[in-house]
Amino acid sequence: MSSRPTFSEEIANLLHAAHGNPIRLCMQCGTCAGTCPSAPFMDHTPRRLIAMINANMKDEVLASNTYWYCASCFHCTVRCPCDIDIAGLMYALKRYSMWKGQHQPELIGPVFSETFVKTVFRSGRSYEPILATTYLFSFGLQDFITEAQAATTMMLKGRLPLLPPRIKRLKNFRRMIGRVIPVGGLE
Amino acid sequence: MKRYAYFPGCSLEKMALSYHKSAIESARKLDVEFEELEDWNCCGATAYFHIDELLAYTLSARNLAMAEKTDLDMVAPCAACYKNSYFTNEALKKDPDLAEHINFALEEDNLHFTGKLSVKHLIEVFAHDVGPEEIKARTVRPLEGLKVAAYYGCQILRPRKDHENVEQPHFFEDLMAAIGAEPVDYPEKLLCCSGSLIITSRRAALSMIRNLLNGAVHSGAAVIATACPMCQVNLECYQKQVNQEFGTDFNVPVLYFTQLLGLALGITPRRLRIGSELVLPTPALSRVRRKPATT
Repeated sequence: MSSRPTFSEEIANLLHAAHGNPIRLCMQCGTCAGTCPSAPFMDHTPRRLIAMINANMKDEVLASNTYWYCASCFHCTVRCPCDIDIAGLMYALKRYSMWKGQHQPELIGPVFSETFVKTVFRSGRSYEPILATTYLFSFGLQDFITEAQAATTMMLKGRLPLLPPRIKRLKNFRRMIGRVIPVGGLE
Repeated sequence: MKRYAYFPGCSLEKMALSYHKSAIESARKLDVEFEELEDWNCCGATAYFHIDELLAYTLSARNLAMAEKTDLDMVAPCAACYKNSYFTNEALKKDPDLAEHINFALEEDNLHFTGKLSVKHLIEVFAHDVGPEEIKARTVRPLEGLKVAAYYGCQILRPRKDHENVEQPHFFEDLMAAIGAEPVDYPEKLLCCSGSLIITSRRAALSMIRNLLNGAVHSGAAVIATACPMCQVNLECYQKQVNQEFGTDFNVPVLYFTQLLGLALGITPRRLRIGSELVLPTPALSRVRRKPATT
């Protein structure tokens, strides 16, 4: 007989394939929270989020913005005295929440990641102006104007591409991607 | 002559073209040659790992397999490209099942990953492989009197790759000292530039950038040196937004370390594409004391 895994077991399984120690070893020292440059903007610090996962507070964890505020700086990961890959945990939560379609709807992170992946899938390379469209609808007018001004200056300085770049063997590239993700998964 | 397989990455095509040009020029002066991968693709940045790990590994593995064909070690100037290539190489070497799965995908492009090369960041080529002594000896125009904040950022050092010093590194400062510049004590040198949060979480990002600029100004730096296109763009191109948001008055030039290195090696600013910045470095650079090189 199998039983349904708890949320904390699910997250542990997500991290299982990665290196580093399981989050149940966390001793709640708070080094991650003190190190994280994004912590002041998070609903819960990384330390608190780990405690919440270990307490199976699934809805609260998924509803938090914490993991989408992780900038992948890995400062917590290299400092954790229990050798837990905390930044890796944030990645796992991002994937989990996108897979379940459960994240704060106003977050830009998930849309940005998806747009990025689709752009690269289409051309093999990333293209900044397309990425810009993700925040076009998400920010206010003032922000957009400031952004457009900066973009125009960069364009004039020859630092923004006019046309999307693409790799030469794009057909092979896309067939290669097709072998690791289900066909139609990204289209 | 040292040779490497070179994976420039998407940013260096346009946004950070000055990094690309100055890297190639400076390398040539030091008898280092970069052979660009013939059909490299995006490393996936952080976004691919947000969606699917296997997909992210596949992207980097394609570049690695192309580099392996050259029988050279691979060099990436972008911190994110470097981190992704490095860890994909390690993950695939450690996990033959994963490598087999990804090799099945690579067959579509007639490529095969074996795990025979090592991956380096561009700054390692200059700071370790060539080394500060050699660079000092080749310096014809030392940047005397130029106070530089050597900014490491994140992914060059983290996650930890081997036994490197991730808390108190000094190879970047050593490199700056080798070209005659004066590296300042910059306590924020290892903090994050906010990466892609500049797009996804603007307020948090601007606050992190402000902190870094503030630290550089307080340490007396006339210029910030970076080794990553994301760091350069966030620190430089968003200074105006930081000033608007916080009522500050930052005007700090942010150059790639290869541009400073190139100047010291006697390459003209034009060839290093100095002048394509939004915050012009000319006033800071014009204060460099000119004096003939001592041998």
